Amino acid sequence: MAAILKISKVIENQIDEFLDLVSESGMLFRRGIENYLNGDIKQLNQRLQRVIEYERKADNLRVDIEKQLSLRTLIPENRGDVLSLLESTDNIIDNIKKTLQIFSIETPAIPEKYNDQFSELTDTSIQSAEWLIRSVRAFFKEFMSVKDHIHKVSFYEKESDDIAFKLKKQIFADKLDLSLQMHLRYVVSNIESISDYAELVSDRLAIYTINRMI
Amino acid sequence: MNYIFLTSGLLLGWTFGANGAANLFGTAVGTKMLKFRTAAIIASIGMVAGAVLEGGGASETLGQLGAINASAGAFTVALAAGATLALMAKLRLPGSTSQAIVGGIVGWNLFSGASTDYSLLAQIATTWFLCPALAAFFAIIIYFITKYLLENVKMHLLTMDAYTRYALIIVGAFGAYSFGANNIANVMGVFVSTSPFKDIAIGQHIHFSSVRQLFLLGGIAIAVGVFTYSKRVMKTVGRDLYRLTPVTAFIVVLSHSLVLYFFASNNFREWLISLNLPTFPLVPVSSSQAIIGGVIGIALAKGGRNLQWGVLGKIFSSWITTPIIAGFISFFALFIVQNVFDQKVYDVTIHSFPDMVIERLEREEIEGYVLQSLAGMEFSNTRRLRRYLNDFRDLDFEVKDKIVFYSTKEGYEINRALLKQIREEDFTATQLQDLYSLKSGKFLYSWEIYDLLSERSDEWKLKPNTEENIEYNEELKRKYECVTELFKIKHN
Repeated sequence: MAAILKISKVIENQIDEFLDLVSESGMLFRRGIENYLNGDIKQLNQRLQRVIEYERKADNLRVDIEKQLSLRTLIPENRGDVLSLLESTDNIIDNIKKTLQIFSIETPAIPEKYNDQFSELTDTSIQSAEWLIRSVRAFFKEFMSVKDHIHKVSFYEKESDDIAFKLKKQIFADKLDLSLQMHLRYVVSNIESISDYAELVSDRLAIYTINRMI
Repeated sequence: MNYIFLTSGLLLGWTFGANGAANLFGTAVGTKMLKFRTAAIIASIGMVAGAVLEGGGASETLGQLGAINASAGAFTVALAAGATLALMAKLRLPGSTSQAIVGGIVGWNLFSGASTDYSLLAQIATTWFLCPALAAFFAIIIYFITKYLLENVKMHLLTMDAYTRYALIIVGAFGAYSFGANNIANVMGVFVSTSPFKDIAIGQHIHFSSVRQLFLLGGIAIAVGVFTYSKRVMKTVGRDLYRLTPVTAFIVVLSHSLVLYFFASNNFREWLISLNLPTFPLVPVSSSQAIIGGVIGIALAKGGRNLQWGVLGKIFSSWITTPIIAGFISFFALFIVQNVFDQKVYDVTIHSFPDMVIERLEREEIEGYVLQSLAGMEFSNTRRLRRYLNDFRDLDFEVKDKIVFYSTKEGYEINRALLKQIREEDFTATQLQDLYSLKSGKFLYSWEIYDLLSERSDEWKLKPNTEENIEYNEELKRKYECVTELFKIKHN
C-alpha cells in the first residue's frame, strides 16, 4: 500500500508539471502577441518554438499520466473524468500553438490603431485560460474552491466575446480591403477561441466536481 | 453420524461467505479499488477470527431461545432455514438467515415441546428493527464527519484515493471480523448443544473448546463461500439494489460493522457495563439489512431524496414472513425427519417432582400450595409443565423459571478425569480446589452439583440480585453451566 502512496505522489507532481506547461504557454502567447504588435516577429518565433516544445512535453506527460492511472488502477472511480479533463486541457495548448503559428506564417497586417484592442483581447482570453488552470488545480487539491474559480473563467470568456465583437465590428466599419477584413476577423476569432475552449472545459469541470462530492 | 449432520450448517456458512463478502467488499472490488483476491483473503481471515474469538455471545442467546439437543434436530433446523431463504429468493422476497434461524428454532421448540422464552424472542425481534435503524443512524453521523473532512482537509485526489483504499481495507477487515463474530451463531449456533467435537488442551495455556472448533469449521465454510462464489455475488448484488462510490461504501460498511460488532461482542458489552451504560443484547442480526440501513442513512443525510421506500417496506414484511415461513418449514421437516427417516430430532426434557425436588423448592420459598399440587408429578416436556404452571395465576415468571430449572431431570456423572478439559484460568484457585475435591457419583438434577459446590465455599455462591452483582452472578452461572455440561451424561 505504501507503494500506492508513493506512485500517487509521483503522478501528482506530473499533473502539476503538466498544468504549469499549459499556464506558461498562455503567458508566452501573451508576450508573443505583444512582440508581434510591436513588429518583433523574430521574438514571436522564438516564443512559438518554446510553446511547440511545451506542447510536446505536455503531450508526453499526459500520455504517461494516463498510462500510470490505468496500469496501477488508480482513482478508478474518477479516472474517466480525470483523463477527459487532462485531454481537454491539453487542447488549450494546441489552440495557443495554432494561433501563434497563424501570426508566424500568415503575418496578418494589423493596422496600428487596433493594437490596443488586440492586446486587450489577448490578455482577456488568456486570463480565462489561466483561471481554468486554477480551477483544474483546485479540482485535484481542494475541490470545494473549484466553483469560486470557474465563474471567473466564464466572466473572462464573456469579456473576450465583447471585445472581439466590438473589434470585428470596427474592422468591417473601417474602409479596408475586404481580404484584410476577412483575415483580421479570422485572427480575432482564433484569439477569442482560447477563452471559448476554456469555458467549454470549465463546464465539464463543474460536472466532474459534482461527481466528486459525496 | 454427528459430523454428517453438520453439513446443513456448513452449507449455510458457504452461502453466508458468498453474500457477506459481497456486502463488505462488493463496491471496493466492483470499482476496482481492491483486487478480488486481496478482498477474499482479508474477508476470510477476518470472518474466521471473529467466529472463533467472539462468536460465543450471539450463539449463547440462540441457545437460550432453544437448546436443540439432538444432532438430527439441529441439522433439520439449519436446513429449514436454508430452504426458507431459497424459497424467499424464489418468491423474490428479501429474507435474512438470522430471522430464518430464529423461526426454525421456535419451530423446533413447538415440535419438541420445549418452552419458548417469549421475552427473549421479543428482545431478538426488537434487534431486527434496531439493526438497520442503528446502521442508518451511524451512517448519518459518519457521513457528516467524512463530508466535513473531505471538504476541509486539503488532500490531493490521488492521495485521497490511496487513503480510501486503506480505509476500505481496514473497515472491510473489521466488518469481516464483526460479521464472523455475529453471524457464526446463524451458521453453527444450533449445533452448539450437540457439538461432535471434544475440547482440546495443549499444555497449560492453550485450550480449544469444542464450541470453538465448531465455530472454526463454520468459519472455514464461510471462507470457502468467499473464495468460491462471492465474486459472482459481488457482480450482481451491487448493481441490483444500489450503487455506491468508494467513499460512501466506506461509510456504509463501517456503520454496518459497528452494528454487527455491538450485537456480537462480549468484550464491548462488558466495557459498556463497566461504564454503567445500557448494553446491547448479543443476537445474530442481518448483515444485509445493516447494509441497507447504512445506505438509507446516507440517503437521509443527503436530504431524503432517492430514498427507496419500497425497499423499506420489503424489509418490514420480511421480519414477519421469514420467521413464520421458517417456523412452519422447520416443524414439518422435523416431523418428516423423525417419522420418515427415523431420526431422533430432540431429546426429551423430563420434569419430575420427587420429594427431593419438592424439598429443594421449599428452600427456595416457593408457595406451599403450588408444591403440594406438583408433588410426585412428572411432565414429559417443558411446555406441558409451563402450561400447568400457567394455571397458578399469581406465580411470577421468576418463580416459574425456578420450578422449571429445579425439576429438569437430565442425568450427570461426576468424573474427575473430565476436569482436564476445563479452562483452568476461568476459575479461581479455590473453585478449582472445590472441583477436584468432588467425589464420583451420579445425579439426576444439575442443582445437586450446584449445591455440592456452594456448600464447599462462598466462591460458588450467587450474590444478592442487585445491579452491581449482575455481572458477577452471570459469570458464576456460566461457570456452573460449564461444569454441568462437562458432567452431563451424553446420549448421542
